[in-house]
Amino acid sequence: MSLMRILIVEDDSEAAQYMAKAFREAGHVADHVGNGLDGYARARDETYDVLIVDRMLPKLDGLALIGSLRAQNVQTPVLILSALGQVDDRVKGLRSGGDDYLAKPYAFSELLARVEVLARRNRPGLGEDTLYRVNGLELDRLAHKLTRDGKDIPLQPREFRLLEYLMKHAGQVVTRTMLLENVWDYHFDPQTNVIDVHISRLRAKIDKGFEPPLLHTIRGAGYMIRDGTR
Amino acid sequence: MMALGKLFRTTAFKISLAYLAISAIGAGLVLGMIGWNMKHVIEEQISQTIETNITGLSEQYAQGGIRRLVNIIQRRTRRPGAGLYLVTTPAGEPIAGNIVSLPPDILAKPGLVEMAYQPPGDMGGKHRALVRIFVLDGGFRLLVGHDLEEGERLRGILGDALLTSLVWLVVIGTLGGLWVARRVLNRVDAINANARAIVAGDLSGRLRLAGTGDELDRLVQNFNAMLERISILMAGLKEVSDNIAHDLKTPLTRMRGRVEQALRSAKSPEDYRGALEKALEESDRLIQIFDALLSIARAEAGAGREGMSDFDAGSVVRDVGELYEPVAEEHGVALSVFAGTGLTLHGSRELVGQALANLTDNALKYGAPDQAPPQMAAGSVELSVRRSEGMIEFIVADHGPGISESDRPRVLERFVRLEGARSRPGSGLGLSLAAAVARLHNGSLRMEDNGPGLRVIIRLPATPVRLETEAPLVLPKPDKAA
Repeated sequence: MSLMRILIVEDDSEAAQYMAKAFREAGHVADHVGNGLDGYARARDETYDVLIVDRMLPKLDGLALIGSLRAQNVQTPVLILSALGQVDDRVKGLRSGGDDYLAKPYAFSELLARVEVLARRNRPGLGEDTLYRVNGLELDRLAHKLTRDGKDIPLQPREFRLLEYLMKHAGQVVTRTMLLENVWDYHFDPQTNVIDVHISRLRAKIDKGFEPPLLHTIRGAGYMIRDGTR
Repeated sequence: MMALGKLFRTTAFKISLAYLAISAIGAGLVLGMIGWNMKHVIEEQISQTIETNITGLSEQYAQGGIRRLVNIIQRRTRRPGAGLYLVTTPAGEPIAGNIVSLPPDILAKPGLVEMAYQPPGDMGGKHRALVRIFVLDGGFRLLVGHDLEEGERLRGILGDALLTSLVWLVVIGTLGGLWVARRVLNRVDAINANARAIVAGDLSGRLRLAGTGDELDRLVQNFNAMLERISILMAGLKEVSDNIAHDLKTPLTRMRGRVEQALRSAKSPEDYRGALEKALEESDRLIQIFDALLSIARAEAGAGREGMSDFDAGSVVRDVGELYEPVAEEHGVALSVFAGTGLTLHGSRELVGQALANLTDNALKYGAPDQAPPQMAAGSVELSVRRSEGMIEFIVADHGPGISESDRPRVLERFVRLEGARSRPGSGLGLSLAAAVARLHNGSLRMEDNGPGLRVIIRLPATPVRLETEAPLVLPKPDKAA
């Protein structure tokens, strides 16, 4: 993933410092402001790839901040961070102009994966192709067809959507909750390793008998489709 | 004085007072009617007597002339208690009779006339009388009358009786009202004191019943029912906080111990890394428990109702079935899904999905072959949804060991895990959440014997079919799975 410029609007400065440090270690640029008004000014006047906005902020509340930015036609993707993690809180957050929602406390790997997906989404020419290709694996979105090295691989509809999501974000880490949200449209924590089992099934279909393996498990984070030879 | 003031302000006393006023008016009306009727009847009777007398006397006059008339009148007036008589010359000179003086002009008035006169024996006061003047042939005037004193006296007695009875009515009514008010007030005061004592002290106390079965007793019964409900809620709260203390503190203690141990004895960076990873795992588990508890609490408080919408119950069942199908296969369990179409439900698709996921997860965990007695045909879980009497029923059934009837209510409580389940991963919150979600949707969750195994049924009210005039037609969301 290429370098991202990230603005963190968070009033807990210790948490923000941890977050900024972790982003820098991952090779990105992260700025931090402590209140909603400063966040609004910085986000409006400078260019960022992603904004990370806490929901409850001094001076200007997170949802109001997003509303003001959108009213000024600032379309930078926003990830809302909030201690309120229930379904209706999430719906409210996304309705007010947020692009993704993550409940506190979160794993940094989850935050990073989501921020990378958001940043990529705003770069033109990516992700909306009708044909995804990684190494010899080709997914035709219009014909609903999958081939590897020219061989047809039959997939169930859900498996197709799972792979489609993974390939759309090829080279990026995709977490289990991101898969549940985007492929199944549920936000709860399924507790059991449901997603892992779906992934291993998919892996058996697309990687078994082929070289190199493309569907990788990223320990402590999630999964990634990647050209293994790289 | 305070006590008396309180007595006067009681509802019982005010009601007594109102009754008193109504009965006083009633008594006055009845006695007044009797008096008026009596007067009427007496006057009628008198005028008839006078009429008869005049007819008789004028006949006597026609037969025997003035001498005979005077004789008869003189004879009659000598008897005691007689009527009033007077015969005068055409000029008005009295000839015979028992009237001493006459008001002027009375002889000229025709018909029945009421007049004041002085009776011969009684020099004290004037009496009133009803008289009639009759002009005889030859110009003589005949006056026949009757004293009204008797009637007046009767009416006086009646009036006195009315007054006396009114006074008694007021006295007895007021005292009676006070007595009734005091009785009621005493009981209400007792209930109040009782209630205050219970609220201030031991909530397990109950109000005493008087045993009369009256409205106050019914009130007390309802108060007691309320107290009962409060105690149950308090017990629930205490249990929850005890459980939270236990189930959150256990992983916290473990985590703390691990960190402490690492700080004390870890030698290599690998040791530290291992300890930190374990600590992270524990904290993730804690977060999970926290989230589940919050979801339950919010569902029970009715939060999230505003986010509800119409959705297809069948597609949620298919989603969950499809989500867990690979897991079932891994457990060696056949998961079958029976879900029709057109079962529309108003609610939270997310929460219903989560409830079903929890139940399916349990069924796969505890309905797996290694959990069943060897002779039973285990290894199949059915997930279905159907319409039943205006309700939509979600059913998750397994063929595992099941849950004995006595344990069923208990497993719905938070953190309750039965023996044999403790060794397996889980928080004991899955069923609690499913039950809370059912209640949030005005539905219910019940468990049945699946002979063998467990069948959990969530019954939710189906969305009533709406007419287009009542609400805009809601187009179903396109099913993304298709």
